[in-house]
Amino acid sequence: MNTLLAITGIGVLCLLFEIANLRKAIVPFTVVALLGTLGITLSDYGTVHSHYNNMIVTNNFSVSFSALFIVLTIFLVALSGDFYRKTEAKISDFVSIKIFLLAGAVAMVSFGNLSMFFLGIEVLSISLYILAASQRLNIRSNEAGMKYFLMGSFASGIILFGICLIYGAMGTFDIQEISELTGSAELPEWFFIGIVLLTIGMLFKIAAVPFHFWAPDVYEGSPTLTTAVMSTLTKVVAMAAFYKLLTGMNANISYEYEMVIMVVSIASMTVGNIMALRQTNAKRMLAFSGISHAGFMLMTLLNITSSAGTLLYYASAYALAGIAAFAVILYVCRDKENEDIYNFNGLGKTRPVLAAVLTAALLSMAGIPIFAGFFAKFALFSQTIKAGYLVMVIAAVINSIISVGYYFKLILAMYTKDSTEEATKVPVVFYAVGVLSILINIAIGLYPSFVINLIK
Amino acid sequence: MGNVLNQIGIENYIFLCVILFSIGVFGVLYRRNAIIVFMSIEIMLNAVNLLFVAFSTYHQDAQGQVFVFFSMAVAAAEVAVGLAIVVSIFRNLGSIDIDNLKNLKG
Repeated sequence: MNTLLAITGIGVLCLLFEIANLRKAIVPFTVVALLGTLGITLSDYGTVHSHYNNMIVTNNFSVSFSALFIVLTIFLVALSGDFYRKTEAKISDFVSIKIFLLAGAVAMVSFGNLSMFFLGIEVLSISLYILAASQRLNIRSNEAGMKYFLMGSFASGIILFGICLIYGAMGTFDIQEISELTGSAELPEWFFIGIVLLTIGMLFKIAAVPFHFWAPDVYEGSPTLTTAVMSTLTKVVAMAAFYKLLTGMNANISYEYEMVIMVVSIASMTVGNIMALRQTNAKRMLAFSGISHAGFMLMTLLNITSSAGTLLYYASAYALAGIAAFAVILYVCRDKENEDIYNFNGLGKTRPVLAAVLTAALLSMAGIPIFAGFFAKFALFSQTIKAGYLVMVIAAVINSIISVGYYFKLILAMYTKDSTEEATKVPVVFYAVGVLSILINIAIGLYPSFVINLIK
Repeated sequence: MGNVLNQIGIENYIFLCVILFSIGVFGVLYRRNAIIVFMSIEIMLNAVNLLFVAFSTYHQDAQGQVFVFFSMAVAAAEVAVGLAIVVSIFRNLGSIDIDNLKNLKG
């Protein structure tokens, strides 16, 4: 609860800084304030509180995920100082929208009532619509915003209908009461229809196949920093909220539902990876890579009673690697019209540190050892085998191998081809964000049990 | 009010809302004018609001009606953002037909 209040307060302060004409101070202030919020959040670890008549429930799950979201937002806000340097007059809007987005994200993992969940998902989505369309003179950004808005509000409508049917069946919005009622009485069939509609809506938000078609277009057209927000923060948030919804409402998932999750998961991995192989735009490629990672994260739902730690670990590994990759992409495509892979030619010679960061990030996503991505996949696969889904793991391993193909396309472009243009000066923030997130990635790779045991 | 609900039956409310919701879904999928697509999304959300109120009476519980206020506020915010996006598209393209949005492909 304190986390949510503090984050909202920071967002409002950002807007007030604009009035006080302190635009230069916004980014450093926000980073420091978010670090403070991270401390407040972590101090709640190990306790269970409920606030406002069970609207917000903080437990180890919500605290750990909120801490991850705050860390990601710190990186994203740190990058926004340079990204919005041409529209500095509006920087307080951009930063505060990101902070409000974080408030929605925290609400989505600490809800105790379906109305709080709905408000959280809407605060997050509406902030993202604005960010996606924020370059208003650029037709590509407009188009991305429009497509995301249409798909997003369509999905919100479906989620709302799902919530409504669950309410109709149960007569309450409280997760705790719903979970008790699912065990006891005979349920009206509306309840199951409600769960299915909620699942469809959440799969839209996660961008899992067959509800993925908006993702590549939106990722490509949005401003690059917004793409970074979507592919790291939003994906992880939606996945964590989906996990929490399912554990909260019916921990005994039926066999048929598991089959659906399996098919969606395998389809997401395969379609995402195969489509990514033929992309020439780096952002579009990472969009498809995100779809395949959504498939991997969906595997945790097959073993839902004990896989919260694995989900947290996979999500942190993926999101931190994503932040590092986007820090480099933001630098390389700073003044470019597009984000095609040839822009990365020769980066290994002109900017060796940034090239190393991008290489490390891509290797972590592909699942090569010493990076956290490998251990995340390892934990996920061994857990899924223990739960008895061997076919699923075989499909996942094959997909990991395919994914190496397109990640190496970018790495080869950096190291084997020659640069066509002169190197420009690199602002220090790109180094800081890229190197720091890769170091955290390697650190959690060295101590996987620390992160996995955070949620027991 | 409960008497009316007993005479009509909660199932009929559900059918009505499902039909309204489907009309909204088909509107989103088939209409090409951005404003009409927005209207269809509103029909979807309002169908759900109607069902919330019906369930609220059915369970004799005020939570559902309170939720309607939340969802109305959210829908208003959503449409405000959506119309702003439409205005900026209209300034750039001179039309709000969503078939014209074809720059992003791959």
